[in-house]
Amino acid sequence: MSLSSRHLLGLYGVPKEDIQLILDTATTFREVLERPIKKVPTLQGKTIVNLFYENSTRTRISFELAQKRLSADTVNFSTSTSSAKKGESFKDTVRNIEAMKVDMIVVRHQSAGVPYFLTRISKANIINAGDGLHEHPTQALLDMYSIREKFGTLKGLNVCIVGDIAHSRVAMSNIFGLKTMGANVSVCGPSTMIPFGIEDLGVKVCKNIDEAIKNNDVLNVLRIQLERDAGSRIPSVREYHNFFGITSERLEKNNKNILILHPGPINRGVELSSEVADGPYQIILDQVTNGVAVRMAVLYLLGTMN
Amino acid sequence: MKIILKDVTLLNPEQKLNEKKDLLIEDGIISKVGGMTEEDYEKSTVYEFAGKYCVPGLFDMHVHLREPGREDEETIETGSNAAAAGGFTEIACMPNTTPDIDSAEIVRYIKEKSKDHLVEVYPIAAATKKRQGEAISPMFELYEAGAVGFSDDGVAIKTASVLKNALEYSKMFDVPIIEHCEDETLADGAMNEGITSTILGLPPLPSVSEDIIVIRDILMAEYTGGKVHIAHISTKKAVELVRWAKERNINVTAEVTPHHFTLTDESLKTYDTNFKMSPPLRSAEDVEAIIEGLKDGTIDCIASDHAPHSIEEKEMEFIYAPNGILGLETELGLAISELVHKKRITMEQLVEKLSINPRKILNLPVPKFKTGEKANLTIIDPDLIWTVDVSKFKSKSKNSPFDKKLLTGKAVAVINKRKMYYEDKFIDI
Repeated sequence: MSLSSRHLLGLYGVPKEDIQLILDTATTFREVLERPIKKVPTLQGKTIVNLFYENSTRTRISFELAQKRLSADTVNFSTSTSSAKKGESFKDTVRNIEAMKVDMIVVRHQSAGVPYFLTRISKANIINAGDGLHEHPTQALLDMYSIREKFGTLKGLNVCIVGDIAHSRVAMSNIFGLKTMGANVSVCGPSTMIPFGIEDLGVKVCKNIDEAIKNNDVLNVLRIQLERDAGSRIPSVREYHNFFGITSERLEKNNKNILILHPGPINRGVELSSEVADGPYQIILDQVTNGVAVRMAVLYLLGTMN
Repeated sequence: MKIILKDVTLLNPEQKLNEKKDLLIEDGIISKVGGMTEEDYEKSTVYEFAGKYCVPGLFDMHVHLREPGREDEETIETGSNAAAAGGFTEIACMPNTTPDIDSAEIVRYIKEKSKDHLVEVYPIAAATKKRQGEAISPMFELYEAGAVGFSDDGVAIKTASVLKNALEYSKMFDVPIIEHCEDETLADGAMNEGITSTILGLPPLPSVSEDIIVIRDILMAEYTGGKVHIAHISTKKAVELVRWAKERNINVTAEVTPHHFTLTDESLKTYDTNFKMSPPLRSAEDVEAIIEGLKDGTIDCIASDHAPHSIEEKEMEFIYAPNGILGLETELGLAISELVHKKRITMEQLVEKLSINPRKILNLPVPKFKTGEKANLTIIDPDLIWTVDVSKFKSKSKNSPFDKKLLTGKAVAVINKRKMYYEDKFIDI
């Protein structure tokens, strides 16, 4: 079996069979990660560039490890400034890199749509590692993998995404992927953080965190991006925590069986209390481990296509 | 030199004329409308235009020529060539050049550069000094030098108080203030706010940013008695507001671009920067309201907002790419294909919106088909089917979202200033 597209640009419109295949393949690689020698020769001879135009620690390391575990040759390109500002156009940078004969490009960029642009100017397989406010498909896939690992299925599960939905590419990929896999998806957060027309995607909007906890099997709690103008959308971090923060008391009171996910890094005391961040409800570090397996699956499936 | 335009349908709603006749033009002047003799045919070059319309030369009142300052993207000459190829005999150019058109010297420079071209170029000068919105420009001086309107195009006039001064001052010579309606505090997005912006993750720009300035400007036009022209209207609410204003006889007019009545924000799904424009492409509901506005006269005219950009600037990450697309060479074809052939407006209405009303708004004379008048006209084949090919554009830039689109309707000739543009060539007549 193979994927229906030679790129992973997002999860919008990606068929259920593709997501199923990635998650199933990841299960095999998850097992590889438990071996004493965590390496397979699957992508030997392939060259992969990690093109990171935006700061990232965990996603870049996760991809790099996944590539190394598959025996691919990896090159990292990082810059915190836009190519336009540096003088060389993004297109020229990519053309130059591609001239060095690369097979796959993993791209993170502050402008939505850059992975699509790359497919027009490059012959490599393109993997979106987060583009602007658009999508972060591998994060959603690892979230779905982690949920499935706990519940055995995604179908029929009630999953609520909490926080700044409007400015989260993780939220959008989760919504598209989870809906495709048959989960019931809702979002919860202050109205200023709920994007326009979200209900049109078949997503319920909840403004009360206690109700969200009560009515769901899973909470995927997003990071409040304090460095990205969150201040203009909420009166204060303190008020946010009071009305939308997840605390042990709230979990104990409303739903003792809930599962908490968080893509990290956590703002302790803002979206999660420290007790919850380290407590029994969360699977935050499992997500990180699963991330390597899921990225190995994506790289393997795309890298071995004709 | 004598030429005869044979068997052409003369269409000029201003003269209540819609009749098949021959037209004799002698040294650039109309010397006969019908009633040709054998001798006239013998002594003239005869152009057969059966089945085609002859209308007063098309006028585009919203064009960016980029000269002075960005001659790599467009010049007065290449822009005028593009205008002629698109069927226009006259255009008005916007002031956001480098430097801005905010001195009489630059107005005269543009007039001088265009004087020998078939296409007449009318500069629109900055409404405020350096288009910074702080103080009004030397409007009287600019008007005397040849400016036909004032605008801070690219942005709205920054404050209501400066707008009030601009409207009161410009009233002295009855010249419109042309407004790019966008509240800058809401304008940091890259596309229309809607379900598509949510899916694409592009920073959203709400339609209310346009509506707020439209209502501000309407109220200010009413209060001052000045003349406001709403450039490139794009929202349903803005159309309703202009309709409301016109019912109250407030001195407000409006224009729309072809892309705002043919495309919606869903076109951005491939992140092609050729669909990035300001105001952004809106929803299907907005497009329908605009077409209704064209039909009932709320929207007075069609203008291209011709905005050339180099390939290097457009071919980049979406949020960094500049706004704007070419328009002069596809404008007429889109208008005929989308509006006339789909029976949303008549051919007469099309002529009003592409020829007569822009001139009325800018207080310029409307060409007539009458003995003794200067020949300033466009010959249109409404049924000519053609494919847009940007590589053949006369414009120096190539940023069009309509490349490879099949259109029906095209200008086949234009005549003005004793010149004719026909079969891709300029001919002295």
